[in-house]
Order: sequence, then C-alpha cells, then structure tokens
Amino acid sequence: MNRSAIDLWVGVLVAMGLAALLFLALKVGNLASISTSEVYQVQAKFANIGGLKVRAPIKSAGVVVGRVVGVHFDNESYEAVVTLSIDGSFKFPRDTSAKILTSGLLGEQYVGLEAGGDATMLKTGDRVKLTQSAVVLENLISQFMFSKAQEGGNSKESK
Amino acid sequence: MERVKSLLRSLGRTVTDKLWRLGFASRFFAYTLLHSGTAFRRFGLTIREIYFTGVLSLIIILVSGLFVGMVLGLQGYDTLQRYGSSEALGVLVALSLVRELGPVVAGLLFASRAGSAITAEIGLMKATEQISAMEMMAVDPIARVVAPRFWAGVISMPLLAALFSAAGIFGGYLVGVQLIGVDQGAFWSQMQAAVDVRQDILNGVIKSVVFGIAVTWIAVFEGYDAPPTAEGVSRATTRTVVTSSLAILALDFVLTALMFTGGNGK
Repeated sequence: MNRSAIDLWVGVLVAMGLAALLFLALKVGNLASISTSEVYQVQAKFANIGGLKVRAPIKSAGVVVGRVVGVHFDNESYEAVVTLSIDGSFKFPRDTSAKILTSGLLGEQYVGLEAGGDATMLKTGDRVKLTQSAVVLENLISQFMFSKAQEGGNSKESK
Repeated sequence: MERVKSLLRSLGRTVTDKLWRLGFASRFFAYTLLHSGTAFRRFGLTIREIYFTGVLSLIIILVSGLFVGMVLGLQGYDTLQRYGSSEALGVLVALSLVRELGPVVAGLLFASRAGSAITAEIGLMKATEQISAMEMMAVDPIARVVAPRFWAGVISMPLLAALFSAAGIFGGYLVGVQLIGVDQGAFWSQMQAAVDVRQDILNGVIKSVVFGIAVTWIAVFEGYDAPPTAEGVSRATTRTVVTSSLAILALDFVLTALMFTGGNGK
C-alpha cells in the first residue's frame, strides 16, 4: 500500500474519531444547551431540602432556567442554603418563591420558581425569601395519622 | 530445613525477578518518551503505524460497538419497562457506553487486535535480528521502531473508543426507537439532560487515553523483551493480551473510583 493511501485512511480515521467525539459532546451530552451566557446566582434558605443535589435543574413553569450549584448548611439558622444559578436571559421579580418539587412519583428533585409581582428583579447575591421545603414522606404520613387519630377522637366525643 | 531454605530462595528470586522486570519496563517507558522526537519529526512513521493499529481496527470496533449498543437497548428496555420508565433507555445506553463500556471494551478489543500485532512484529524483528542490524547502523531502534508504534497507539485509542461509544449509541437508538418504539424525543432529550460533557464524556476520553498508554506500553515492552525464538514471541504475544486486559480492568476500577465518587459533586 502506497504512502498517499495510508495518509488518506489515517485522515479518515481521525476525521471519524473527531466526528464521533463531536457527536457525543453535542448530541449526547448537549454541550450546545449549556450556554456560556451570563448567569446570576441567588441564594435560598430551606428548612429541609430532602434529596436535592448539586446540578439539579431549576424550573419555572416546567422550563429549565438554571441549575443548583451549591448546597450548604448554615450553622446559625440551622437551615440549608441552596445556591441557584439562573440563566441571565431569564429575569425573575424579587418576590419570587422557590419550592423543592419532585418530578414524577420517584423522579429526581428540582427547584421550582414561581414568579411574583415585584417590579425590581433578582440579581446576583440576592436571597429568595419565600421558600417551601421538600415534602418528606415520613412527615406526611405522620401528619395524616395524627389527623386521622384526632378525627377518631372527636367522633367518639360527639357520641 | 533445606527444603524451607530452597522454598524461601525461590520466593526471593521470583520477587526480585518481577521487580527487576517492572523496573526495566519503567526505564524502557521513560527511554521511549525521551526518544520519541523522531516519531514526531518524521511523522510519516507514526502515520503508518496509526494505519495499522487504528484504521485496521475500525471494522471490529464499529461492529462490536453497534452490537453492544443493540444488546444494551434490548436488555435495558426489558428491565426499565417493568418500572414504567422505558423512556430512560437513552440515558442507560449513553451513560453505560460513554462512562464504562466504550473505553473498556474498545480497550480490550484494541489490546487483542492491535497490541498483540505490535508485540509479534517487534518480537519477530528481534528474532530475525533486524533490531541488532539497526543498532549496527547506529539507528536507535527505540526511536525508530518503538516510539512511533507507542504514539500511534496512544493517538488511535481515544478515537476508537469515541467511535465505539457513538456506534453503540446508534445501535441503542436502532433497537430502542426503531425496533421497540420508544419515543424518539424522550430518548434523546432524557439522554441530553443526564449526560454531562465534563463529568461523563471527558472522563470517558481520559480513561481511553490512559488505557491507550497502558496497552501500547505493555505491547511494545513485551515485544522488545521477548526471547528471540518462535516460542518466546508467541509467549510474549499471549502475555501482552493477558496483561493489558488485566491492566485495563484494574485501571478502570481505580479511575472510576477517582472520577465518580460523591453523589453531591464533591
């Protein structure tokens, strides 16, 4: 096999390999959507974050608008401080509320934002004041049991 | 007493022999790296070797990747549909290929397809005294023969692993979407949401580079170290495949433990 044919085939291999990497990066890993556009970071305190993880999505009206970039424990208020990194093209009013929600019955947890009506917008360093913790299944069940027990007690008294 | 002594003596000899061989292999590695200038100055030499190790492995890599992906699609669907989450098939196929199967299986195939050939070639060159002839002509055989083969392996391996993963994902797509009928949009969008470019794809590439270095290092060393007889070359070829396969699996465990620990990204 002569030299130019070898060069050609090696060129084909390298081009195919790079194309495969590009395919993995763009189509599989979706590099394109992780835009390097500006983001702003706000913090939110939750009494309980449940199973929220770093890199969990932040959604508003079901659309992904950012990612969770940090989860810390505040040793003064004994609350979890979650750092939210929101894409700069999405502006939210200052009285926006944040909830920790679960996608599906067993899905992963994400932060849901509901826009408020304030005229000034959130910017880096702000804090989301209205928050709602994750629903912990054990608490839910114990509340249910408690209310059932109370109901039972009331109905006995009334007889 | 005499038997205990001889037992200890043979144990000591085994350990020193193994250590000496390991040290020789490391010095050989360092020497190859130091003398790889020629492999880049006369890049034609390396290109020729990339043709033999990379291009000629293309068929086996692509076909195996396709079939591994198709099997993953079938098996993954079977398990996932029990939990009513068959749309997550794309995530399963892509993550398992990009993180583990791509680098590891491509590495194993590369070791048996290209590594054995490198060992046999260098071993035979030694047996037919071509290496000694080069030394006689004041041509450094490591710079002229070993280094181009080493760098060709290091360059081809990540490309082959990426092709393996891409072919596998295509195979999973064929089975999952075209054959079984998983929703196409969910297949790709869930995959894109779950696969991280840095965390998953880049780590897969790093793994394949490490495997490429390990496999070609073992292959060129075994070839260079082979006793110059027919039996010696055949044993060295066998050793290359066994040692590099074990090295790939062991290194994969170490790299995975380093890369994918800590669920909270820490």
